[in-house]
Amino acid sequence: MLLHSASTVLADNGWVSWDVTSLRKLFWYDTVTGLAYGSIYALIALGYTLVYGVLRLINFAHSEVFITGAFAGYFTLKACGFTPGVVPGVGAGEIVAYLVLATGVAMVASALTALVLERVAYQPLRKRGAPSLAFLITAIGASLAIQQAYFIWRGGNPEPSIQLVVKQPEIKIGNTTMDNIQITVIVAAIVLMLVIDTFIRHSRLGRGIRAVAQDATTATLMGVNRERVIMLTFLIGGAAAGLGASLYIMMIPSALVYNGGFILGIKAFTAAVLGGIGNLRGALLGGLLLGLVENYGQTLFGGQWRDVVAFVVLILVLMIRPTGILGESLARARA
Amino acid sequence: MKSSVFVLGATKRNEEEVVLIRRSALAGQSRENPEGNKSVRNSGVRAAVVITALGALVLAGCASKGKKDNTTPPPAGGSSGGASTPSSAPTEALKPVLPAGDGKATCSSGMQLAYIGTINGGNAALGIAERNAMQLAIDQHNAANKGCQVGFKQYDSEGTPDKAPGVVTQAINTKSIIGVMGLPFSGESKATGAAFEQAGLVHITASATNPGLTTNGWKTFFRGLGNDASQGPAAAKFITGQLGAKSVCVIKDDSDYGIGLAKTVSETLGSAQTCTDDVKTGQKDFSATIGKIQQAKPDAVFYSGYYQEAGPFWQQLKQGGYSGKFIGPDGVKDPNFIKLAGQSVAEGVYFTCPCVPADASATFAAQYQAKFGQPPQTYSAEAYDATTVLLQGIDHGSKTRAAELAYVKGYSADGITKHMQWGSNGELAGKIAIWSYIVKGGQIEKLNAI
Amino acid sequence: MTAADTTTKTQRAPFGQQIRDRWNGLPRQQQWLISIVFIVFLIFLPILNPAGITTEPGTDFPISLFNASRYALIAIGLNVVVGQAGLLDLGYVGFFAIGAYVTALFTSKDSSLHHLPYLACVPIGMAITMFFGLILGIPTLRLRGDYLAIVTLGFGEIVRLMADNVPALKGQVGFQNVGHPPGTRDNGLPIFLQSDGKPWYWLTIGVIIVVLILVGNLERSRVGRAWVAIRDDEDAAEIMGVPTFKFKLWAFVMGAAIGGLSGVIYAGQVGFVNNQKFDPVTSILFLAAVVLGGSGNKVGVILGAFLISYIPDRFTSIAEYKYLIFGCALVVLMIFRPQGLLGARQRLLTYGRQAYQRIAGRPEQLDTGAGALSGDSRSGAMGGGDL
Repeated sequence: MLLHSASTVLADNGWVSWDVTSLRKLFWYDTVTGLAYGSIYALIALGYTLVYGVLRLINFAHSEVFITGAFAGYFTLKACGFTPGVVPGVGAGEIVAYLVLATGVAMVASALTALVLERVAYQPLRKRGAPSLAFLITAIGASLAIQQAYFIWRGGNPEPSIQLVVKQPEIKIGNTTMDNIQITVIVAAIVLMLVIDTFIRHSRLGRGIRAVAQDATTATLMGVNRERVIMLTFLIGGAAAGLGASLYIMMIPSALVYNGGFILGIKAFTAAVLGGIGNLRGALLGGLLLGLVENYGQTLFGGQWRDVVAFVVLILVLMIRPTGILGESLARARA
Repeated sequence: MKSSVFVLGATKRNEEEVVLIRRSALAGQSRENPEGNKSVRNSGVRAAVVITALGALVLAGCASKGKKDNTTPPPAGGSSGGASTPSSAPTEALKPVLPAGDGKATCSSGMQLAYIGTINGGNAALGIAERNAMQLAIDQHNAANKGCQVGFKQYDSEGTPDKAPGVVTQAINTKSIIGVMGLPFSGESKATGAAFEQAGLVHITASATNPGLTTNGWKTFFRGLGNDASQGPAAAKFITGQLGAKSVCVIKDDSDYGIGLAKTVSETLGSAQTCTDDVKTGQKDFSATIGKIQQAKPDAVFYSGYYQEAGPFWQQLKQGGYSGKFIGPDGVKDPNFIKLAGQSVAEGVYFTCPCVPADASATFAAQYQAKFGQPPQTYSAEAYDATTVLLQGIDHGSKTRAAELAYVKGYSADGITKHMQWGSNGELAGKIAIWSYIVKGGQIEKLNAI
Repeated sequence: MTAADTTTKTQRAPFGQQIRDRWNGLPRQQQWLISIVFIVFLIFLPILNPAGITTEPGTDFPISLFNASRYALIAIGLNVVVGQAGLLDLGYVGFFAIGAYVTALFTSKDSSLHHLPYLACVPIGMAITMFFGLILGIPTLRLRGDYLAIVTLGFGEIVRLMADNVPALKGQVGFQNVGHPPGTRDNGLPIFLQSDGKPWYWLTIGVIIVVLILVGNLERSRVGRAWVAIRDDEDAAEIMGVPTFKFKLWAFVMGAAIGGLSGVIYAGQVGFVNNQKFDPVTSILFLAAVVLGGSGNKVGVILGAFLISYIPDRFTSIAEYKYLIFGCALVVLMIFRPQGLLGARQRLLTYGRQAYQRIAGRPEQLDTGAGALSGDSRSGAMGGGDL
């Protein structure tokens, strides 16, 4: 699209470009943005992957768990006296403290939402031994209902953004710079992923999760409390989504709107599938990969094709490697 | 244009009468001033042809005036009345007709006007802003004219072409409705225009800007605002001329409005346009577009779309380190833009708009705020004007849809946003004045006429 | 929807079951007779415009009925995919969109393509949607339940984004003056007038009857049996020699064709096609119609579609909450009445009547009404649980 020059026209009036020049120019920029996005995808994907690993259920409403966290963080900041559009005149330390507080609230809110969802929507079905598509339809219904509840409450416009951190370029990478927010996002995401990974691999509760993922019946017979494991799974997944939400709103402050989680949720699910659903490290890998591919794709084909790129990647991955790059293996992770 | 403040009262009487004389002489068209001075009354039907013929003359006259200086006073009272000062020039003070009219209108009861548009749909805010304005107009009219109580019906089209035909048909089958304000969006307007045409029911849209709407030969469709063809060239001229930008990036969204406007802007910009990109309605992250802009480093960025995306877009662009100018059209010129972008980020942003500065509509803004607890939004004022036209028709004796249609066709008077008069295709007649605005101290302030 | 809340499994059998038994006990001729009377009632409904049922003064009643019938047609098509073959399709709106766009492209003056009469678009639209059904189905139908759902969702979005991004499809600008079936009235206006819902409603009712007969026959044929087998246990079906992939593709393509057909009718009535209303939420609303009414049961899905379309028109005060209500309804329904308002039933399909006659001495003896599709978590069946 850029300059209409480098584009090889694929159709009569050039509706899709093949803008290699632009991609070359923006390669590093896309890489940095892609990694930051990918980190967020990874955090959300974690929730999908954990729940899928344990319950073989696509928690379609996970995107609403995410957006609940985002709203919670936002209203925490608002309650702390920050007003949209005004750069606060407080010190850096204080800002960090507030951000940590907001993130904490977001994580708790998301985790609780996930838990409530489990109790209200999924547990009754499990008790009845409903088929898996019944779970999926319930999840879709819950997703739609929560989304619409936010719409009725907050309306269709995004919330005015509260910005505590101002973007500042920090590190030079290639021909672009990585700013402070992107660094925070990537580091925070990776740290949390490592913590959760360690927890699942090395703690007693983590072993319980893996046991249930492997074989729920046997695990129950061996004394693992399956319901508690499921609860824990939803809590961890929710908390990760909450962190993702807080970071996402920090990165894209104006993205807080009732359906803001929907596409992001589908992307994160794609990321989980890409890496191998049920596999924690796969979620991280898939997230980062999807973030990169999507950003390269949109530079190459034009910004309007971004979502199409993500969906096509999803379809291709499922066709070629239905179990993802690293395979479905929450259960098989070594202790 | 300092003197263009519209005051309800006798202070402006002189000017008012000048305008009256001028208009009457021109077109035999009637109009009343707010104080209750009644001028020649006319059915309007007769005048229709004359107006259409003379409209071109009048507006040719305005076009030649094309002044940039906004301090030029309007013609003083007592200057020659009649066609020698054919100045419904947009840069002149408007003498708006208000919904209240002269307060002496009488009409048979049971006549209704309807709002058809989104009330609960996805983009409800825009529709509600119009509905509220219409409600305000009708309430004011009914309060002032005890002898003419006009009913208000509202239909929810949800803003979508699949829901609209049902409610439009319902409105058409409700015989007491003789005029409609709506539909807000181009898509639903396209889906229902033919039905209005068959029923001979007049409808004035306050926000559907797609140029294609007036090319169907529909005689019942009227557009209460300029279409994109008038704003685009002016905006381009403003960017390259007054702002002195040598390179411009045109970003458009995927709406009817954004695409149409971007096209006209790009055409006028010519080689000054160094990059373009597309964004989507509802998009939240603009990193790809920002990347392109950072590469192209244009002097200015023109965003062809609505404030919902423009606010976040400009915020992200600015924080991405871009230091050039940002210009948005009327769809972006909205207090919500400043809210969404953040006050410090929005500071210094320019807007172009086919709307006369708020002075004239300050009273309206205050009344709207008082009634609905929020300031008027984009297109509220247009909806208010459109409703006024329909109400005037009833005040002037329209009892049937045919009479109301004929009245609207022949209408020529100022509204709070502009001079309201239509060509035979339903477009506002003549050249629409385009104004520039700037964000200063968190407020949108007028700059000058382009 | 209240039925969904109140009718739990303990109090299920009585009323609905009685009616169903009685219905099935009737001779074929009487069933036809009653059906015809009911259809005649439906045909006269827009003219009767009964108070209490009518959606006026909010929405024109005939048009509201047309929309309900359009939803019913969509639900019948989606039911082939979801209810009969057990494939969860979240991108069904994509096929609907393709049908509408084909009509627009070939009949609107805004399109540069060669112009065809509206009726020619019916087979063309269906053929093209079937082709897209194949394109989507071949690579993805090897996937199981959950994955398939997400991929179809992606497909629906891709279709919508294509309409958005490809200039020839005109995005939000759209196509005006889409064609309509031929015929003029005495006063020179076309019979299929946009502002008159009645002809459109009758047309759609006619189409629905034809489609129901076709789908009903298909259901009782080898294809239908294969679908049920796949729905109930895909692995078992495969082992028993059912070429599952082929029949899943069949279901997908059939469903796509019906979706396309409803798109063609929609485009004709509205007379305008642009990229609005083809979003995932609409797709989920279609699914809600099927699940609500009772996936697998043709009468059920028609009822579900009618409710989904009619309730927001009739009770305008709740229109704002419709997605919220239908979202909650999906959750509640899955928990308390997974088979939907009218569940599908386990029955012999081919020669069932004769078989029942011989064994039980009466035309048909049914399993419980409990949506007999019990499926374990692997089967990909939906609409029922072993309660």
